[in-house]
Amino acid sequence: MAEFRTCPETGFKIDLQADKLIKWNAVTSVVFLLVGGLFGLLVALTRWPEIHLLPAELYYLVLTGHGLDILLVWIIFFEMALLYFTSAILLNARLVAPMLGWIQYWLMLVGAAATNVAVLQGNSSVMFTSYVPLQAEPLFYAGIIVFAVGALIGCGVFFATLVTAQREKTFEGSMPLVTFGAMVAAIIAVFTIATGAAILLPTLLWSLGLIPYIDSLLYKVVWWAMGHSSQQINVAAHIACWYAIGGILFGAKPLSEKVSRMAFFMYILFLQLASAHHLLVEPGISSEYKIFNTSYALYIAVLGSMIHGLTVPGSIEAAQRKKGFNKGLFEWLRKCPWGNPVFSGMFISLVSFGFLGGISGVVLGTEQLNLIMHNTMYVPGHFHATVGAGTTLAFMALAYWVVPVLYQKELWGAGMAKWSPYLFGLGISLIAVFQMGAGTLGAPRRHWDMTLSEAAIGFDLPPAAFLMMGLNGVAALIAGLGGAIFILNMVGTILLGAPKAAPAVAPAAPAASGAAVSGSAEGVTVPGTFFLAIIFLVTFILYYFVNWKFLASVWPLS
Amino acid sequence: MADQSQEPVPFMQKVLDNPLLLLAIGVLIPTVLYTLWGVYEVMQIPVSR
Repeated sequence: MAEFRTCPETGFKIDLQADKLIKWNAVTSVVFLLVGGLFGLLVALTRWPEIHLLPAELYYLVLTGHGLDILLVWIIFFEMALLYFTSAILLNARLVAPMLGWIQYWLMLVGAAATNVAVLQGNSSVMFTSYVPLQAEPLFYAGIIVFAVGALIGCGVFFATLVTAQREKTFEGSMPLVTFGAMVAAIIAVFTIATGAAILLPTLLWSLGLIPYIDSLLYKVVWWAMGHSSQQINVAAHIACWYAIGGILFGAKPLSEKVSRMAFFMYILFLQLASAHHLLVEPGISSEYKIFNTSYALYIAVLGSMIHGLTVPGSIEAAQRKKGFNKGLFEWLRKCPWGNPVFSGMFISLVSFGFLGGISGVVLGTEQLNLIMHNTMYVPGHFHATVGAGTTLAFMALAYWVVPVLYQKELWGAGMAKWSPYLFGLGISLIAVFQMGAGTLGAPRRHWDMTLSEAAIGFDLPPAAFLMMGLNGVAALIAGLGGAIFILNMVGTILLGAPKAAPAVAPAAPAASGAAVSGSAEGVTVPGTFFLAIIFLVTFILYYFVNWKFLASVWPLS
Repeated sequence: MADQSQEPVPFMQKVLDNPLLLLAIGVLIPTVLYTLWGVYEVMQIPVSR
């Protein structure tokens, strides 16, 4: 029989098992963010030409650990917390089969720890992509598989809770948009994990010597169904966080809930096909396959992202204008709580994800333009904008709200916390910009020696590329400072935070309930948001065509 | 004024309110369009002798 408590601050009816699972998953995710972040700093300091900190072997080791812990472990642990929050808590429901939730947690922890051990032992420096014929120790693949099985079980608990809540009618009408977004993330996760198992199981057998050979192109095709789709889980999840934060802080409702749902539906249909942009220079695969997946189909998912990019700030503008902030185009924006890390983190995440991650993603996904930057630093530049500035910052922002609420403690170090989103957001956005700049000039991704001094066919990169990688190191230090403040805030809140005083009277309509209801903002125009959207579209068009011009200059045809 | 609870639920809303149907669609489409099509393309490449 499920036991509940009522949160004195939000009014949510909280299943105690869900409460514990959210806390354990969230805290563990932050631990891996710390580990992966430290690996990332070492990568940046090695790719900084003047410092070039680590020898080659150690560099590839920490690069593998950085990719693994940030792109998979930190993100998916936090997403498990998000799935339990958006199902059991937001739907006012019991968590179905909490024992399976604990199996999810321990499998993921054991798997993540095992893979980290394999990496630290030094014989599994195959990087996140682990392309065959590079071979890691069996423990490396086994750890990822165990981690993935745990995540799949977590998705199962989420779907079971969702369906049970519908049957037990714990909410009226359609599920809240935030829960719908989290469900889209879970759907993408199921596809991701299933294809991950399809390729990593034979790879494990190959590393054990039980299978003689794995075709490298076949591996790439199937692996990227996991490798890139795992980052599409993030997109759906962090957009759900944006909507949640809009609802929590402003009581905001989407401009049109139907349109926002359809935008998420476009993700279900087509977002995962973006994986094909990693195959755009493979000679054995047809242009029909490449162009259908990365252009025709994916552009429908991109349209979904642009709808969210419009409707999230639009919903906040609508809520602010209803409160009377109506002067000019941007009074609503000026009057937002910029000193609150929950808001500032969410808004910087939205802007950086759209301008840097979104635009660069479309450019990378265009078959011809991809030739300029395939496998250059442009690619990590793109995903530092999406996963770093977009997902990580959005998750940090939500954590600044969730952790004090669930632990019922005041945020420890609130003065410092104000700075964290700005430092991390600025740092990670600059990382993206400098890496994309270096990549556009031809700097290879992954490679320890940027001078290519021992390459069979030498190549002199322009000095500006070296400058960009130095600036990338400076930006990493700024982002690292912001990330360190976030981790201090979280650990300090849990261990040292002062207990929250219970309100004398429970609020009748708690602010947080805005994240748990359905419906649209009605009768409000949002000219400021449309003005921002036009700036975005002009930037998008200019940058896109500048790259076509650049392609013509580096690849002259006569 | 018509009682809204008596109005039929639109088809698209029924689809979007069905998590298991959406799960099936979300797994099936990329499996066919990305994975199976991609594997088929690789299988068509002649093996070198």
